[in-house]
Amino acid sequence: MQESRTRNFIGNAREALDDGNLQQALDKMKSGFVERRLEARARLPEFDDIRDQAREIKNHTLANLDYYLERFERKVTEEGGQVHWCATPEDARQAILKICRDLDAKTVTKGKSMIGEEIGLNDFFKENGIEPIETDLGEYIIQLRREAPSHIIAPAIHVLKHQVAEAFYETHDQFDPDRPLEEPRALLDEAREVLRQKFIDADVGITGANFLIAETGTSVIVTNEGNGDLTQTIPKAHVVIASLEKVVPTLEDATTISRVLARSATGQEFSVYTTFSTGPRRPEDPDGPEQYHVILLDNGRSKMVGSEYQEMLRCIRCGACLNHCPVYGSIGGHAYGWVYPGPMGSVLTPSLIGVDEAGHLPNASSFCGRCEEVCPMRIPLPKMMRHLREREFDGKTGPATMRTGIKMWAFYAKRPWLYHALAKLKFRVLGAFGRRKGRFRRLPGGAGWTAHRDFPAPQAGGTFQAQWSARGGKRSVDA
Amino acid sequence: MSGRESILGAIRQGLGRGALGTAEKVALEDRIAGHARGIRPSRIDTADLKQMFVDYAAKVDVTVDRVASLDDVPDKVADYLAQENLPAELRVAPDPALDTVPWDKRPTLTVSKGASDGTHEVGLTAAFAGIAETGTLMMKSGPAHPTTLNFLPDTHLVVLHASQIVGSYEDAWDRLRAGEAMPRTVNFITGPSRTGDIEQTIFLGAHGPRRMHIVMVEDD
Repeated sequence: MQESRTRNFIGNAREALDDGNLQQALDKMKSGFVERRLEARARLPEFDDIRDQAREIKNHTLANLDYYLERFERKVTEEGGQVHWCATPEDARQAILKICRDLDAKTVTKGKSMIGEEIGLNDFFKENGIEPIETDLGEYIIQLRREAPSHIIAPAIHVLKHQVAEAFYETHDQFDPDRPLEEPRALLDEAREVLRQKFIDADVGITGANFLIAETGTSVIVTNEGNGDLTQTIPKAHVVIASLEKVVPTLEDATTISRVLARSATGQEFSVYTTFSTGPRRPEDPDGPEQYHVILLDNGRSKMVGSEYQEMLRCIRCGACLNHCPVYGSIGGHAYGWVYPGPMGSVLTPSLIGVDEAGHLPNASSFCGRCEEVCPMRIPLPKMMRHLREREFDGKTGPATMRTGIKMWAFYAKRPWLYHALAKLKFRVLGAFGRRKGRFRRLPGGAGWTAHRDFPAPQAGGTFQAQWSARGGKRSVDA
Repeated sequence: MSGRESILGAIRQGLGRGALGTAEKVALEDRIAGHARGIRPSRIDTADLKQMFVDYAAKVDVTVDRVASLDDVPDKVADYLAQENLPAELRVAPDPALDTVPWDKRPTLTVSKGASDGTHEVGLTAAFAGIAETGTLMMKSGPAHPTTLNFLPDTHLVVLHASQIVGSYEDAWDRLRAGEAMPRTVNFITGPSRTGDIEQTIFLGAHGPRRMHIVMVEDD
């Protein structure tokens, strides 16, 4: 399994905030995804109703997951392919290695796959004398830079074009060292030329899967570049690596979900390539792989079924929650320290690698709720992050100062008369000292806030609660 | 215990039940056989589907020529290649649907048939269906339809009959099911290959075709 750096999240985040290149790259990202998604949603008035249907399809599938997985396997076998059930990343790596060894594979091309990251496949290949070649442009760039992806659909989003050029100058020594690589077009054409030959020479092609279809034993990839298709069409074997929650019952179900996938991810009406693969090439086919394998990975997901985190298994990895998250937008994906960043990662990672390792990731949220608002599968991410925070607190794994702080706050919060009295007192004191200037540059005990920005001084009119009451406001019964 | 049994066991434990009984399995099989459709975009209910297909294809950088019959295909292809400054050499899918194209009408065109090994600059295939809701082509693999022709040549030319245009993806699935078994590969293709992986700027021609041109035969 890929090694995790999540324990050091706070340090990672601090470094990310000080990284000028990263901040520049993140600034470029912020508006694009958000605007394009909004426009795509506006062009399809049925969008939100389709989200409801997509959620129901996954809920139905998860309630019958055992049946649909067995049916998927039966169909794959009937079509001449093979399903490999892998409980752990090690099981998956060994199954893949055996397929490669049987074909005496030297090089393996790879389409973009988060499962490949999850099981640390590239390092494993290198340890075993097989050369893995990432073919998605973003994945290729970060492979050359020896980095992990920082976004689940735009893996090199943290890289600026001059950094891509540096990586190409360093690696592609077959070309003139003085060639110009300022333009993205030149970078793209160079990558295309280099990778084209790799596609043709590869012995095995590995792709991920956006869906597995129980009706037909089909795996589906959704891409824009066409690299996944070249990866799976040309070599002798096509190996699909997929986690078990990717299964849906029918072609129609996959179709319904795909209507919200690209729109949520990149704001496209539809991705360029949606490819349905069923078994190996047929006897009469002029091209296509001779073998078709599906590596079905569990890695902790079966334990999420029936738990308070089951809804996370509806996730289709569109990346919308990352694109709309103020925390992700400030620190990028690497700070999260493992494969899945952003809100979906904050919920999924503790389930996959343990609350001990990653239980504090759910603190990387302002609970603004945008992730749930934009999630095409309507996953209640903030609610699950709250669950995880409670678990972290109960498990006594957080830092002592934070635990004490929360305990103190809870003491007052459970005694409203005391809470209000203290709030009023604080209001008077802060008001008396700061009302004239309107703000504080420094506050005793408040350096965590004032080191970065001023603290506003309370203005005339009383506390929020007092103003609320004065205007006839009521508290709801269960708040 | 095998991986299979331990995974299925854990799932069933999570669901709080054993393997499904016969009645439940029948209900799930009925659901599959029903091929129930979800909500489809209402835009496909009223519009001229042919025009909608052309409009959505244009949004993803696909150009479309509309012709009366297959006899017109060689002229349109030759003109397009000349206009784009491309070689007049075609790798054509060995497709019976294309057998009646009179290539000798344009003697400057060199036509060979078969799959692609990456040495062909221009490929021409016939589509299985055109899907109006997003201007998407549906291609299926088979002896007459090499998948490599959809991806390796820099330029992808497609012959699509207007009668093959349907409203939604689901309509296309129904047409596919009406024919033989599921092919090895079904490609939904919506425009030429593209990437936004360098600083979020979109460029065409990432790994697949750089350009796509459709000759639509209006046989309806």
